Amino acid sequence: MSEIKRRDPRTEWIARNRLHPDHRAVLAALGQGAASEWVGPSGLTRKNPHAVGFIGPNGIKRIDRSGAQQGGQAAATTSAATGDSRRAVTIDAPAFLVAVVPDLSGGRLSSHDRDLLGLARQLADADPANPGAVLAVVFGEHKGEAGGEPKEQGFADAGVDRLLHLASPELDGYAPEARVGALVAVEEAWEPRHWLLPDSKLGGADLGRRLAARLGERPATGVWQLEADAEAELGWRCTARGATNTLDIQRPLPRIALALAECAEPVSETRHAAEPLALAQPLPAQLSRIEDLGQVAVDPAGVALAEAEFILSAGNGVRDWDGFHRAAKVLGATEGASRVAVDDGFMPRDRQVGATGTWVTARVYVAVGISGAIQHLQGIQSCDKVVAINMDPGCDMIKRADLAVIGDSAPVLEALVALVEQEREEKRHAA
Amino acid sequence: MRPEVRKGTSLAITVLVSVGRHPLTGRGRRADQDARGVELARALPEAEVQLLHAGTLGEGSEAALRGYLGMGFDALTLLEQPEGADILPALAETLDEASPQLVITGECAERGEGSGLLPYLLAERLGWPVVSGVVAVEGVAAGVATLLQALPRGQRRRLEVRLPAIVTVDGAAPAPRQSAYGPARRGKLELVPGAVSLDDDWAHWQVQPARKRPKRLKIVKAASARDRFKAAAAKAEGGGGQVLEGVTPEQGAAAIFKLLKDEGVLR
Repeated sequence: MSEIKRRDPRTEWIARNRLHPDHRAVLAALGQGAASEWVGPSGLTRKNPHAVGFIGPNGIKRIDRSGAQQGGQAAATTSAATGDSRRAVTIDAPAFLVAVVPDLSGGRLSSHDRDLLGLARQLADADPANPGAVLAVVFGEHKGEAGGEPKEQGFADAGVDRLLHLASPELDGYAPEARVGALVAVEEAWEPRHWLLPDSKLGGADLGRRLAARLGERPATGVWQLEADAEAELGWRCTARGATNTLDIQRPLPRIALALAECAEPVSETRHAAEPLALAQPLPAQLSRIEDLGQVAVDPAGVALAEAEFILSAGNGVRDWDGFHRAAKVLGATEGASRVAVDDGFMPRDRQVGATGTWVTARVYVAVGISGAIQHLQGIQSCDKVVAINMDPGCDMIKRADLAVIGDSAPVLEALVALVEQEREEKRHAA
Repeated sequence: MRPEVRKGTSLAITVLVSVGRHPLTGRGRRADQDARGVELARALPEAEVQLLHAGTLGEGSEAALRGYLGMGFDALTLLEQPEGADILPALAETLDEASPQLVITGECAERGEGSGLLPYLLAERLGWPVVSGVVAVEGVAAGVATLLQALPRGQRRRLEVRLPAIVTVDGAAPAPRQSAYGPARRGKLELVPGAVSLDDDWAHWQVQPARKRPKRLKIVKAASARDRFKAAAAKAEGGGGQVLEGVTPEQGAAAIFKLLKDEGVLR
C-alpha cells in the first residue's frame, strides 16, 4: 500500500458543504460521520462538539473551521514521522576518510567522544560536492557477555559512516603498543586524511601521541577550535591549548589532532549508516613490552566524591546505618549522602552530594532512601546510571532513575549484599 | 642531607626536568610534575639518580633549576639549547650515550607548546617502551619494573614494563619534598654543549595568552512552541526508567545486581 494520501477535492468540498444532499454520507465515509451534527426528533439541529476536530501533531485537539484539514488520519502519520525526523545520510563513495578513535570508556560513547565525532563531521562535510566519511575505530572488549560486541549501538546516531570494530585478546586492557599497531594497519589500509583522538586521560591522549610518534607527524594537542583556512595545507586552522592551558596556539591543522572536550557540537540532526568495515589482513603479531596486571583495588573511602565511579548514597529514608555502611564496603562503593542525612549527623559534611555539596560524576549512582530534591538532582546531573531504592513511587528520584525499586531499603540492601557475597564465594570455589 | 652512599647493584635513573611556570605569578619554578618525578626517583632504594635539563641558563631558569638541586643533588646536567630550539635530537643523543635504565619525566611542560609529546618521541627514537601517568614505581627486578599507573576517577592499574623504559609522572603522584636552600645554592649546574636544531614550525605559529573558552549553551532543538515550552519549563520526567513495584527485596536486589554487573562496577 502506498503511504501517500491522495486528496479527493470533490469529497472535501461535499464535506464542507452542509447543504449538499450527500453531505452526511461523505462525512460518514471520512470517519467524521459520528455525526457532529444531526436533526433531532423535534426538528432542531443537534451538535456533538466532541465529534468535531482532530488530534494535532502535539496531542492537542484542534478544530479547523476553514475545512482545509480533513479527518484525523493525516495527523496520525505526521506524528509517526516526528518520531525520527533526522535526515538519513549514506555516503557510498567518500572522497576521503576522517578516522576517529573514541575512548569508549565502559563500552559507551562518552560526551567527549560525541563532541569529537561532531568535529569529524565538520571536517568531512565541509565540501558538499565531495563529502568525506567518518571512520570510527573501536577496540572492543572481547571477553564480554555480549559476544565481543561493544555495548554502544548508537554509532549511527553519533555520526559514524564506517565502523571498524577490532576485537582480539591482545587489544584488551592496557595494550597501547598493540593498539598503535592496529591503527598503523588502518593507516596503511585506508590512509585517512585526518586522525582525530580525544585528548583525555581515559587513553586517547596516550594513544594519539603514540600514533603521532609512530607515523612521524607533529600532532596538534588540546585542540578546541577549528576554522576553515584556504592557505593551510589541509584547508583548516585550529586553535590549541599549550603550556598547561595558559597559551592559545593558532596553527594549521595537522593530520593528527587531539581535541579537548566540547570542541564541537555533537551530531543531532542526521543519522548515518555506520557500515561495518574489516581489515583485509589480520593484525601483525607484536611483542608487547608492557604487561597489564589489572586494576588495583583502591580504598573507595579514599577516593574523592567528585571523581568516584560508583557511589552508594544515603538519604532520609535510611534507618539501618550499619547495614548501609556494610553494603558500601561489600559493594566497594564510595559513600555519599543527601543533605538531610548530613544535617542529621549520620554522615560527614564532605560526603554531601548536591548543589551545596559535591557535584558528582559517577558512572553508577545508587540512591538509597533519597526522594530527590532539585538541589540533589542537580548534583547528580552527569551520572550515567542512577538506581533508586525508595518507599515512595511518586518521588522525583524515581523519575530520574534508570532502575527503581520500590520498597524498604534495608532488606533490599541486605539481599544485595548477600548476592554479592554469594557470587564472590562461588568465584573463590571455582578458582 | 647528602645523597646516600651508592651500592654495587644500582639502578641508573635519569629524570628529565624542565623549568615550570607558577600558575598565578607566571614566575619560573620547579615544574610540578617533574618535581614529582624527582621525588619518585628519590623514593626508590639503590637508585642512582641523574638530573638532565635541556635549555638556556638564564636568570629565571637558574632559580628554578636550583630548586631541583635542593631536593638532595650535587649536580644537574644542563644541555645548552637556545630559546625556541628543538631539544629532541640533543636529548636523544645524550640518553643514548648515558643509557640509563629508567627515564622519568613529567607529562607535559608548563611553558612553550606543552604538547606532552617529548617522552613519546624519545621512546620512538630510542626504541624503548613508554608508560604514561605513573604514580609509583613499586619495584625493579630482573630488568622488569612494576609500575602503578593512575587512571581517571582515582583508580590505579599495575603494569610491568621491560627496562630500559620511559615513564611520565601523573599529577596524582606523591607531592615533592621541599627544596632545601643550602644544597640548592651549593649544587653545580654542569653545562654541556649539545647539537642544536631549530624548531621552524613553532616560529610560524601565532601564540597568545589563553582566551577563556566559551561556555556551551544548552541548545533546544524543538519543532514547535509546545516542545520549546516543555524544554524550558519541564522538570525531570520519567525517562524510560524501569520501576519495580511490589517486588520482594530479593527480586529488587537481583535487578540492581544485574545492572551493577553490566556496568562493571563490581569487582
